[in-house]
Amino acid sequence: MIDKEYDVIIVGAGPSGSGAAVAIAKTGAKVLVLEKRQEIGTPKRCGEGLGLSTMKRMGIEKDDSWVRRKIIGFTAYAPDGKFVRHDYKNGPEGYIIERKVFDKHLAEKAVETGARVISRAEVTRLLKENGKVCGVEVEINNKKEEIKGKIVIAADGIESKIAREAGINTTLKLSDVIAGAQFEMANIDIDSDRIEMYFGNEMAPGGYVWIFPKGEHTANVGVGVRKPYAKNSAIEYLKDFIEKRPGLRKGSILEVNCGGVPVGGLMKDMVTDNFMVVGDAAHHVNPIHGGGIGEAWVGGVVAGEVAAEAIKANNTSKKFLKKYNKLWWEKRGKKMKKLIKFREVMESFSDEEFNWMVDYLKGEDLVEFTRSSGFIKLVKILSKKPSLMKHIRKLM
Amino acid sequence: MIMIETDKRKCLRCSACVGVCPHTALTLKEHGIECDKEKCVSCGLCKDFCPMGAISVVKE
Ligand SMILES: Cc1cc2nc3c(=O)[nH]c(=O)nc-3n(C[C@H](O)[C@H](O)[C@H](O)COP(=O)(O)OP(=O)(O)OC[C@H]3O[C@@H](n4cnc5c(N)ncnc54)[C@H](O)[C@@H]3O)c2cc1C
Repeated sequence: MIDKEYDVIIVGAGPSGSGAAVAIAKTGAKVLVLEKRQEIGTPKRCGEGLGLSTMKRMGIEKDDSWVRRKIIGFTAYAPDGKFVRHDYKNGPEGYIIERKVFDKHLAEKAVETGARVISRAEVTRLLKENGKVCGVEVEINNKKEEIKGKIVIAADGIESKIAREAGINTTLKLSDVIAGAQFEMANIDIDSDRIEMYFGNEMAPGGYVWIFPKGEHTANVGVGVRKPYAKNSAIEYLKDFIEKRPGLRKGSILEVNCGGVPVGGLMKDMVTDNFMVVGDAAHHVNPIHGGGIGEAWVGGVVAGEVAAEAIKANNTSKKFLKKYNKLWWEKRGKKMKKLIKFREVMESFSDEEFNWMVDYLKGEDLVEFTRSSGFIKLVKILSKKPSLMKHIRKLM
Repeated sequence: MIMIETDKRKCLRCSACVGVCPHTALTLKEHGIECDKEKCVSCGLCKDFCPMGAISVVKE
Protein backbone atom coordinates (compact mmCIF):
# COMPACT_ATOMS: atom_id res chain seq x y z
CA MET A 1 0.00 0.00 0.00
CA ILE A 2 2.84 2.39 0.83
CA ASP A 3 5.68 3.04 -1.61
CA LYS A 4 9.18 2.08 -0.60
CA GLU A 5 10.69 5.52 -1.13
CA TYR A 6 9.74 9.10 -0.34
CA ASP A 7 11.44 12.46 -0.46
CA VAL A 8 10.39 13.23 3.10
CA ILE A 9 8.96 11.01 5.84
CA ILE A 10 7.26 12.80 8.72
CA VAL A 11 6.79 10.96 12.01
CA GLY A 12 3.60 12.12 13.76
CA ALA A 13 0.38 13.70 12.46
CA GLY A 14 -0.08 16.41 15.09
CA PRO A 15 -0.10 20.09 14.07
CA SER A 16 3.68 20.16 13.60
CA GLY A 17 3.68 17.15 11.29
CA SER A 18 0.76 18.43 9.25
CA GLY A 19 2.31 21.91 9.02
CA ALA A 20 5.54 20.46 7.69
CA ALA A 21 3.64 18.17 5.31
CA VAL A 22 1.69 21.05 3.78
CA ALA A 23 4.83 23.12 3.23
CA ILE A 24 6.63 20.25 1.53
CA ALA A 25 3.76 18.82 -0.51
CA LYS A 26 3.11 22.29 -1.93
CA THR A 27 6.38 22.09 -3.83
CA GLY A 28 5.45 18.78 -5.42
CA ALA A 29 7.87 16.73 -3.33
CA LYS A 30 6.74 13.26 -2.27
CA VAL A 31 5.74 13.26 1.41
CA LEU A 32 4.59 10.50 3.76
CA VAL A 33 3.18 11.17 7.25
CA LEU A 34 3.15 8.21 9.64
CA GLU A 35 0.95 8.38 12.75
CA LYS A 36 0.95 5.67 15.38
CA ARG A 37 -2.50 6.42 16.77
CA GLN A 38 -5.60 4.72 15.54
CA GLU A 39 -7.26 8.11 15.12
CA ILE A 40 -5.46 11.42 14.59
CA GLY A 41 -5.89 13.78 17.55
CA THR A 42 -7.42 11.16 19.87
CA PRO A 43 -7.22 11.10 22.81
CA LYS A 44 -6.53 14.81 23.12
CA ARG A 45 -3.71 16.11 25.26
CA CYS A 46 -4.90 19.68 25.24
CA GLY A 47 -7.01 22.43 26.88
CA GLU A 48 -8.16 23.28 23.36
CA GLY A 49 -7.58 27.03 23.55
CA LEU A 50 -6.69 28.71 20.26
CA GLY A 51 -6.20 32.47 19.86
CA LEU A 52 -7.16 34.40 16.74
CA SER A 53 -3.66 35.82 16.42
CA THR A 54 -2.32 32.27 16.46
CA MET A 55 -4.77 31.23 13.77
CA LYS A 56 -3.63 34.16 11.67
CA ARG A 57 -0.01 33.15 12.11
CA MET A 58 -0.95 29.63 11.06
CA GLY A 59 -2.93 30.89 8.07
CA ILE A 60 -5.95 28.85 9.16
CA GLU A 61 -9.52 30.01 8.66
CA LYS A 62 -12.15 29.31 11.30
CA ASP A 63 -14.25 26.28 10.52
CA ASP A 64 -17.52 25.50 12.27
CA SER A 65 -16.65 21.83 12.36
CA TRP A 66 -14.05 22.41 15.08
CA VAL A 67 -15.05 25.64 16.84
CA ARG A 68 -16.85 24.93 20.11
CA ARG A 69 -16.99 28.32 21.82
CA LYS A 70 -16.12 31.95 21.12
CA ILE A 71 -14.05 33.57 23.85
CA ILE A 72 -14.71 37.24 24.59
CA GLY A 73 -12.28 37.69 27.47
CA PHE A 74 -10.57 36.15 30.46
CA THR A 75 -10.44 36.26 34.24
CA ALA A 76 -7.20 35.64 36.12
CA TYR A 77 -7.48 34.82 39.82
CA ALA A 78 -4.82 35.48 42.47
CA PRO A 79 -4.46 32.98 45.34
CA ASP A 80 -6.67 35.10 47.64
CA GLY A 81 -9.53 35.17 45.12
CA LYS A 82 -8.98 38.68 43.83
CA PHE A 83 -9.11 38.78 40.07
CA VAL A 84 -8.36 40.69 36.91
CA ARG A 85 -11.03 40.48 34.21
CA HIS A 86 -10.48 41.57 30.68
CA ASP A 87 -12.84 41.68 27.74
CA TYR A 88 -11.29 42.03 24.32
CA LYS A 89 -12.12 45.36 22.71
CA ASN A 90 -12.67 44.18 19.18
CA GLY A 91 -14.86 41.16 19.78
CA PRO A 92 -13.82 37.56 20.37
CA GLU A 93 -10.10 36.90 20.21
CA GLY A 94 -10.05 33.18 20.43
CA TYR A 95 -11.90 29.91 20.46
CA ILE A 96 -12.12 26.74 22.42
CA ILE A 97 -11.90 24.11 19.77
CA GLU A 98 -12.58 20.40 19.35
CA ARG A 99 -9.02 19.20 19.03
CA LYS A 100 -9.91 15.77 17.67
CA VAL A 101 -11.69 17.37 14.75
CA PHE A 102 -9.12 20.12 14.38
CA ASP A 103 -6.07 17.85 14.14
CA LYS A 104 -7.81 15.74 11.54
CA HIS A 105 -8.74 18.91 9.65
CA LEU A 106 -5.04 19.88 9.56
CA ALA A 107 -4.07 16.40 8.39
CA GLU A 108 -6.71 16.66 5.65
CA LYS A 109 -5.11 19.91 4.55
CA ALA A 110 -1.83 18.06 4.21
CA VAL A 111 -3.56 15.38 2.15
CA GLU A 112 -5.30 17.94 -0.07
CA THR A 113 -1.92 19.51 -0.72
CA GLY A 114 -0.55 16.18 -1.89
CA ALA A 115 0.86 14.41 1.16
CA ARG A 116 0.10 10.80 2.03
CA VAL A 117 -1.04 10.22 5.64
CA ILE A 118 -1.19 6.76 7.23
CA SER A 119 -2.55 6.20 10.75
CA ARG A 120 -1.91 3.29 13.06
CA ALA A 121 1.58 3.19 11.65
CA GLU A 122 4.18 3.35 14.37
CA VAL A 123 7.75 4.21 13.54
CA THR A 124 9.79 1.74 15.56
CA ARG A 125 13.30 2.87 14.61
CA LEU A 126 15.35 4.91 12.19
CA LEU A 127 17.17 3.34 9.28
CA LYS A 128 20.76 4.47 8.89
CA GLU A 129 23.38 4.19 6.19
CA ASN A 130 26.99 5.03 7.00
CA GLY A 131 25.74 6.47 10.29
CA LYS A 132 23.29 8.80 8.55
CA VAL A 133 19.50 8.61 8.67
CA CYS A 134 18.04 7.20 5.45
CA GLY A 135 14.50 6.19 6.38
CA VAL A 136 12.34 4.50 9.01
CA GLU A 137 11.13 1.13 10.10
CA VAL A 138 7.38 1.25 10.60
CA GLU A 139 4.95 -1.23 12.08
CA ILE A 140 1.62 -1.46 10.28
CA ASN A 141 -0.89 -4.19 11.11
CA ASN A 142 1.69 -6.00 13.17
CA LYS A 143 4.04 -6.10 10.18
CA LYS A 144 7.34 -4.27 10.01
CA GLU A 145 8.30 -2.45 6.83
CA GLU A 146 11.29 -0.39 5.83
CA ILE A 147 10.70 2.87 4.00
CA LYS A 148 13.42 5.07 2.59
CA GLY A 149 13.35 8.84 2.88
CA LYS A 150 15.85 11.50 1.86
CA ILE A 151 14.79 13.46 4.95
CA VAL A 152 13.03 12.27 8.10
CA ILE A 153 11.21 14.86 10.24
CA ALA A 154 10.50 14.04 13.88
CA ALA A 155 7.09 15.56 14.65
CA ASP A 156 6.41 12.92 17.27
CA GLY A 157 5.48 15.14 20.19
CA ILE A 158 6.72 15.18 23.74
CA GLU A 159 7.53 11.47 23.76
CA SER A 160 9.92 11.87 20.82
CA LYS A 161 12.40 9.06 20.89
CA ILE A 162 13.52 9.05 17.31
CA ALA A 163 15.25 12.42 17.60
CA ARG A 164 17.42 10.94 20.30
CA GLU A 165 18.05 7.96 18.04
CA ALA A 166 19.28 10.41 15.42
CA GLY A 167 21.68 11.90 17.95
CA ILE A 168 19.73 15.02 18.98
CA ASN A 169 19.19 15.07 22.71
CA THR A 170 15.58 16.12 23.28
CA THR A 171 15.34 14.85 26.88
CA LEU A 172 13.39 17.31 29.02
CA LYS A 173 14.53 18.43 32.43
CA LEU A 174 11.71 18.04 34.95
CA SER A 175 11.82 21.76 35.65
CA ASP A 176 11.18 22.41 31.95
CA VAL A 177 8.01 20.38 31.63
CA ILE A 178 4.53 20.94 32.97
CA ALA A 179 2.56 17.90 34.10
CA GLY A 180 -1.06 18.48 33.13
CA ALA A 181 -4.27 16.72 34.14
CA GLN A 182 -7.70 17.66 32.89
CA PHE A 183 -11.36 16.67 33.02
CA GLU A 184 -13.77 17.64 30.30
CA MET A 185 -16.77 18.35 32.50
CA ALA A 186 -20.49 18.89 31.90
CA ASN A 187 -23.26 20.31 34.07
CA ILE A 188 -20.94 22.74 35.83
CA ASP A 189 -21.40 26.41 36.76
CA ILE A 190 -18.94 28.46 34.74
CA ASP A 191 -18.45 31.72 32.92
CA SER A 192 -19.13 30.26 29.49
CA ASP A 193 -17.82 33.27 27.52
CA ARG A 194 -14.45 33.79 29.15
CA ILE A 195 -11.54 31.55 29.98
CA GLU A 196 -10.55 31.46 33.64
CA MET A 197 -7.09 30.96 35.11
CA TYR A 198 -6.21 30.45 38.75
CA PHE A 199 -2.73 31.06 40.13
CA GLY A 200 -1.20 30.05 43.44
CA ASN A 201 1.58 27.96 44.89
CA GLU A 202 -0.83 25.80 46.86
CA MET A 203 -3.34 25.33 44.07
CA ALA A 204 -1.03 24.84 41.10
CA PRO A 205 2.68 25.06 42.00
CA GLY A 206 4.75 26.07 38.97
CA GLY A 207 1.69 26.30 36.74
CA TYR A 208 -1.97 27.26 36.83
CA VAL A 209 -5.53 25.97 36.79
CA TRP A 210 -7.61 26.61 33.68
CA ILE A 211 -11.31 26.51 32.90
CA PHE A 212 -11.83 26.65 29.14
CA PRO A 213 -15.56 26.66 28.28
CA LYS A 214 -16.80 24.46 25.45
CA GLY A 215 -20.49 25.17 26.03
CA GLU A 216 -22.91 26.88 28.46
CA HIS A 217 -22.19 24.34 31.16
CA THR A 218 -19.33 22.34 29.67
CA ALA A 219 -15.61 23.03 29.98
CA ASN A 220 -12.11 21.65 30.08
CA VAL A 221 -11.08 21.99 33.70
CA GLY A 222 -7.38 21.33 34.05
CA VAL A 223 -4.28 21.97 36.05
CA GLY A 224 -0.61 22.19 35.15
CA VAL A 225 2.04 21.76 37.84
CA ARG A 226 5.80 21.51 37.79
CA LYS A 227 8.67 20.10 39.76
CA PRO A 228 10.40 21.05 41.97
CA TYR A 229 7.44 23.08 43.20
CA ALA A 230 4.75 20.40 43.05
CA LYS A 231 4.63 17.88 45.87
CA ASN A 232 1.89 15.73 44.39
CA SER A 233 0.85 14.46 41.00
CA ALA A 234 -1.19 16.83 38.80
CA ILE A 235 -4.38 14.79 39.09
CA GLU A 236 -4.38 15.27 42.90
CA TYR A 237 -4.24 19.05 42.49
CA LEU A 238 -7.08 18.87 39.99
CA LYS A 239 -9.31 16.79 42.25
CA ASP A 240 -8.55 19.13 45.10
CA PHE A 241 -9.51 22.21 43.09
CA ILE A 242 -12.80 20.69 42.00
CA GLU A 243 -13.65 19.29 45.42
CA LYS A 244 -13.54 22.78 46.92
CA ARG A 245 -15.97 24.27 44.39
CA PRO A 246 -19.61 23.18 44.58
CA GLY A 247 -20.26 24.51 41.06
CA LEU A 248 -17.74 22.03 39.71
CA ARG A 249 -18.05 19.27 42.28
CA LYS A 250 -21.58 18.41 41.13
CA GLY A 251 -20.45 18.06 37.51
CA SER A 252 -20.05 15.05 35.26
CA ILE A 253 -16.75 13.96 33.77
CA LEU A 254 -16.94 13.33 30.03
CA GLU A 255 -13.28 12.72 29.45
CA VAL A 256 -10.04 12.43 31.43
CA ASN A 257 -6.87 13.76 29.82
CA CYS A 258 -3.29 14.22 30.85
CA GLY A 259 0.06 15.01 29.32
CA GLY A 260 3.31 16.93 29.48
CA VAL A 261 3.93 20.44 28.16
CA PRO A 262 7.49 21.54 27.45
CA VAL A 263 7.95 25.12 28.69
CA GLY A 264 11.72 25.37 28.33
CA GLY A 265 14.67 23.49 26.93
CA LEU A 266 14.94 25.27 23.59
CA MET A 267 17.59 23.78 21.33
CA LYS A 268 20.10 25.69 19.24
CA ASP A 269 20.50 22.74 16.92
CA MET A 270 17.41 20.90 15.66
CA VAL A 271 18.90 19.14 12.65
CA THR A 272 21.43 16.59 11.63
CA ASP A 273 22.19 15.01 8.26
CA ASN A 274 18.86 14.10 6.59
CA PHE A 275 16.95 14.76 9.81
CA MET A 276 14.95 17.54 11.53
CA VAL A 277 12.90 17.96 14.75
CA VAL A 278 9.74 20.08 15.07
CA GLY A 279 6.88 20.93 17.46
CA ASP A 280 6.68 19.57 21.00
CA ALA A 281 9.54 17.24 20.18
CA ALA A 282 11.69 20.37 19.74
CA HIS A 283 10.01 22.00 22.79
CA HIS A 284 8.29 24.69 20.71
CA VAL A 285 5.61 25.79 23.15
CA ASN A 286 4.74 29.21 24.54
CA PRO A 287 6.45 29.00 27.96
CA ILE A 288 3.97 31.34 29.65
CA HIS A 289 0.60 29.79 28.86
CA GLY A 290 1.70 26.44 27.46
CA GLY A 291 -0.04 26.90 24.12
CA GLY A 292 1.69 24.79 21.51
CA ILE A 293 -0.74 24.25 18.62
CA GLY A 294 0.31 27.38 16.75
CA GLU A 295 4.01 27.02 17.54
CA ALA A 296 3.93 23.42 16.35
CA TRP A 297 2.31 24.31 13.02
CA VAL A 298 4.48 27.38 12.37
CA GLY A 299 7.71 25.57 13.28
CA GLY A 300 6.59 22.67 11.11
CA VAL A 301 6.06 24.99 8.16
CA VAL A 302 9.48 26.63 8.60
CA ALA A 303 11.16 23.22 8.74
CA GLY A 304 9.07 21.96 5.83
CA GLU A 305 10.05 24.85 3.61
CA VAL A 306 13.73 24.24 4.27
CA ALA A 307 13.26 20.50 3.68
CA ALA A 308 11.58 21.20 0.35
CA GLU A 309 14.46 23.46 -0.69
CA ALA A 310 16.93 20.77 0.31
CA ILE A 311 15.13 18.18 -1.80
CA LYS A 312 15.14 20.52 -4.77
CA ALA A 313 18.84 21.30 -4.30
CA ASN A 314 19.54 17.60 -3.86
CA ASN A 315 21.44 18.47 -0.71
CA THR A 316 19.97 17.20 2.57
CA SER A 317 23.16 17.59 4.59
CA LYS A 318 23.17 19.00 8.09
CA LYS A 319 24.89 22.07 6.71
CA PHE A 320 21.97 22.77 4.39
CA LEU A 321 19.22 21.91 6.88
CA LYS A 322 20.75 24.26 9.44
CA LYS A 323 18.89 27.02 7.66
CA TYR A 324 15.86 25.82 9.66
CA ASN A 325 17.71 26.52 12.94
CA LYS A 326 18.47 30.03 11.77
CA LEU A 327 14.98 30.82 10.42
CA TRP A 328 13.15 29.37 13.43
CA TRP A 329 15.30 31.20 15.92
CA GLU A 330 14.75 34.47 14.08
CA LYS A 331 11.03 33.95 13.71
CA ARG A 332 10.06 32.36 17.05
CA GLY A 333 13.08 31.36 19.13
CA LYS A 334 14.33 34.77 20.24
CA LYS A 335 10.91 35.70 21.49
CA MET A 336 10.47 32.40 23.28
CA LYS A 337 13.80 32.65 24.98
CA LYS A 338 12.68 35.98 26.44
CA LEU A 339 9.42 34.47 27.57
CA ILE A 340 11.24 31.67 29.38
CA LYS A 341 13.08 34.27 31.45
CA PHE A 342 9.77 35.91 32.13
CA ARG A 343 8.31 32.59 33.24
CA GLU A 344 11.21 32.01 35.59
CA VAL A 345 10.47 35.30 37.30
CA MET A 346 6.73 34.68 37.52
CA GLU A 347 7.21 31.25 39.06
CA SER A 348 9.31 32.66 41.86
CA PHE A 349 6.47 34.88 43.10
CA SER A 350 5.08 34.03 46.50
CA ASP A 351 1.31 33.87 46.91
CA GLU A 352 1.49 37.18 48.73
CA GLU A 353 3.27 38.78 45.80
CA PHE A 354 0.68 37.40 43.40
CA ASN A 355 -2.09 38.89 45.52
CA TRP A 356 -0.34 42.23 45.63
CA MET A 357 0.29 42.31 41.90
CA VAL A 358 -3.36 41.90 41.02
CA ASP A 359 -4.08 45.36 42.38
CA TYR A 360 -1.66 46.86 39.91
CA LEU A 361 -2.51 44.77 36.91
CA LYS A 362 -4.85 45.60 34.10
CA GLY A 363 -6.20 42.97 31.77
CA GLU A 364 -4.17 44.31 28.87
CA ASP A 365 -1.00 43.82 30.89
CA LEU A 366 -1.69 40.12 31.17
CA VAL A 367 -2.23 39.89 27.43
CA GLU A 368 1.15 41.54 26.98
CA PHE A 369 2.74 39.10 29.40
CA THR A 370 2.21 36.27 26.94
CA ARG A 371 4.12 38.30 24.36
CA SER A 372 7.66 39.50 24.79
CA SER A 373 6.43 43.11 24.98
CA GLY A 374 5.27 42.39 28.53
CA PHE A 375 8.80 42.80 29.87
CA ILE A 376 8.72 46.54 30.27
CA LYS A 377 5.29 46.45 31.83
CA LEU A 378 6.31 43.86 34.41
CA VAL A 379 9.42 45.82 35.35
CA LYS A 380 7.23 48.90 35.89
CA ILE A 381 4.89 47.04 38.18
CA LEU A 382 7.65 45.28 40.11
CA SER A 383 9.47 48.53 40.72
CA LYS A 384 6.51 49.78 42.76
CA LYS A 385 7.41 47.49 45.63
CA PRO A 386 10.98 47.37 47.00
CA SER A 387 10.71 43.70 47.99
CA LEU A 388 9.99 42.82 44.38
CA MET A 389 13.04 44.60 42.97
CA LYS A 390 14.99 41.36 43.21
CA HIS A 391 12.83 39.93 40.46
CA ILE A 392 13.73 42.78 38.12
CA ARG A 393 17.39 41.84 38.30
CA LYS A 394 16.48 38.36 37.05
CA LEU A 395 14.69 39.85 34.07
CA MET A 396 17.71 41.82 32.92
CA MET B 1 16.63 -5.06 41.69
CA ILE B 2 14.80 -1.74 41.77
CA MET B 3 12.34 -1.23 38.93
CA ILE B 4 9.74 1.10 37.52
CA GLU B 5 6.18 -0.14 37.60
CA THR B 6 3.13 1.41 35.97
CA ASP B 7 -0.34 1.07 37.39
CA LYS B 8 -2.34 0.29 34.26
CA ARG B 9 -5.59 1.42 35.84
CA LYS B 10 -4.15 4.89 36.40
CA CYS B 11 -1.99 5.31 33.28
CA LEU B 12 -3.73 7.18 30.43
CA ARG B 13 -0.87 6.40 28.03
CA CYS B 14 -0.09 10.10 27.45
CA SER B 15 3.55 8.96 27.15
CA ALA B 16 5.06 12.19 28.47
CA CYS B 17 7.22 10.05 30.79
CA VAL B 18 8.92 8.69 27.68
CA GLY B 19 10.15 12.21 26.89
CA VAL B 20 11.25 12.84 30.46
CA CYS B 21 13.29 9.64 30.86
CA PRO B 22 16.97 10.59 30.45
CA HIS B 23 17.91 7.01 29.56
CA THR B 24 15.31 6.29 26.85
CA ALA B 25 14.31 3.31 28.96
CA LEU B 26 10.55 3.79 28.52
CA THR B 27 8.40 2.89 25.54
CA LEU B 28 4.68 3.23 25.09
CA LYS B 29 3.15 -0.08 24.10
CA GLU B 30 -0.39 -1.13 23.38
CA HIS B 31 -0.82 -2.37 26.96
CA GLY B 32 0.91 0.57 28.65
CA ILE B 33 4.40 1.82 29.43
CA GLU B 34 7.20 -0.69 29.13
CA CYS B 35 10.51 -0.25 30.94
CA ASP B 36 13.79 -1.56 29.54
CA LYS B 37 15.58 -3.06 32.52
CA GLU B 38 18.92 -2.77 30.77
CA LYS B 39 18.60 1.00 30.45
CA CYS B 40 16.60 1.99 33.56
CA VAL B 41 18.66 3.30 36.47
CA SER B 42 15.63 3.71 38.78
CA CYS B 43 16.19 7.48 39.03
CA GLY B 44 12.44 7.93 39.56
CA LEU B 45 12.10 11.05 37.38
CA CYS B 46 9.19 9.45 35.53
CA LYS B 47 7.46 8.74 38.83
CA ASP B 48 7.96 12.33 39.99
CA PHE B 49 6.58 13.62 36.72
CA CYS B 50 3.61 11.36 35.94
CA PRO B 51 0.45 13.57 35.93
CA MET B 52 -1.69 10.62 37.03
CA GLY B 53 0.59 9.29 39.76
CA ALA B 54 0.62 5.98 37.91
CA ILE B 55 4.31 5.15 38.23
CA SER B 56 6.07 3.72 41.24
CA VAL B 57 9.61 2.58 41.95
CA VAL B 58 9.51 -0.96 43.30
CA LYS B 59 11.98 -3.57 44.45
CA GLU B 60 11.81 -6.73 42.43
C1 LIG C 1 -2.75 19.15 29.32
C2 LIG C 1 -2.36 19.95 28.10
C3 LIG C 1 -3.07 21.08 27.75
C4 LIG C 1 -2.73 21.83 26.61
N1 LIG C 1 -3.49 22.90 26.26
C5 LIG C 1 -3.21 23.59 25.13
C6 LIG C 1 -4.05 24.66 24.69
O1 LIG C 1 -5.09 24.95 25.31
N2 LIG C 1 -3.71 25.33 23.56
C7 LIG C 1 -2.59 25.02 22.83
O2 LIG C 1 -2.31 25.68 21.82
N3 LIG C 1 -1.78 24.00 23.21
C8 LIG C 1 -2.06 23.27 24.33
N4 LIG C 1 -1.25 22.22 24.70
C9 LIG C 1 -0.04 21.93 23.90
C10 LIG C 1 -0.37 21.27 22.56
O3 LIG C 1 -1.26 20.21 22.75
C11 LIG C 1 0.93 20.74 21.91
O4 LIG C 1 1.92 21.73 21.98
C12 LIG C 1 0.73 20.34 20.45
O5 LIG C 1 -0.15 19.26 20.32
C13 LIG C 1 2.06 19.98 19.81
O6 LIG C 1 1.89 19.49 18.51
P1 LIG C 1 2.90 18.44 17.89
O7 LIG C 1 2.45 18.19 16.51
O8 LIG C 1 4.30 18.88 18.09
O9 LIG C 1 2.76 17.14 18.79
P2 LIG C 1 1.44 16.16 19.09
O10 LIG C 1 0.23 16.96 18.88
O11 LIG C 1 1.74 15.58 20.35
O12 LIG C 1 1.60 15.13 17.90
C14 LIG C 1 2.61 14.15 17.88
C15 LIG C 1 2.07 12.94 17.18
O13 LIG C 1 3.12 12.03 16.92
C16 LIG C 1 2.64 10.72 17.10
N5 LIG C 1 3.80 9.83 17.34
C17 LIG C 1 4.63 9.80 18.39
N6 LIG C 1 5.57 8.85 18.25
C18 LIG C 1 5.32 8.25 17.06
C19 LIG C 1 5.94 7.18 16.35
N7 LIG C 1 6.99 6.54 16.85
N8 LIG C 1 5.41 6.80 15.16
C20 LIG C 1 4.32 7.45 14.65
N9 LIG C 1 3.71 8.47 15.27
C21 LIG C 1 4.18 8.87 16.47
C22 LIG C 1 1.73 10.84 18.30
O14 LIG C 1 0.82 9.77 18.35
C23 LIG C 1 1.05 12.19 18.03
O15 LIG C 1 -0.15 12.06 17.33
C24 LIG C 1 -1.59 21.44 25.83
C25 LIG C 1 -0.87 20.30 26.18
C26 LIG C 1 -1.25 19.54 27.29
C27 LIG C 1 -0.48 18.30 27.62
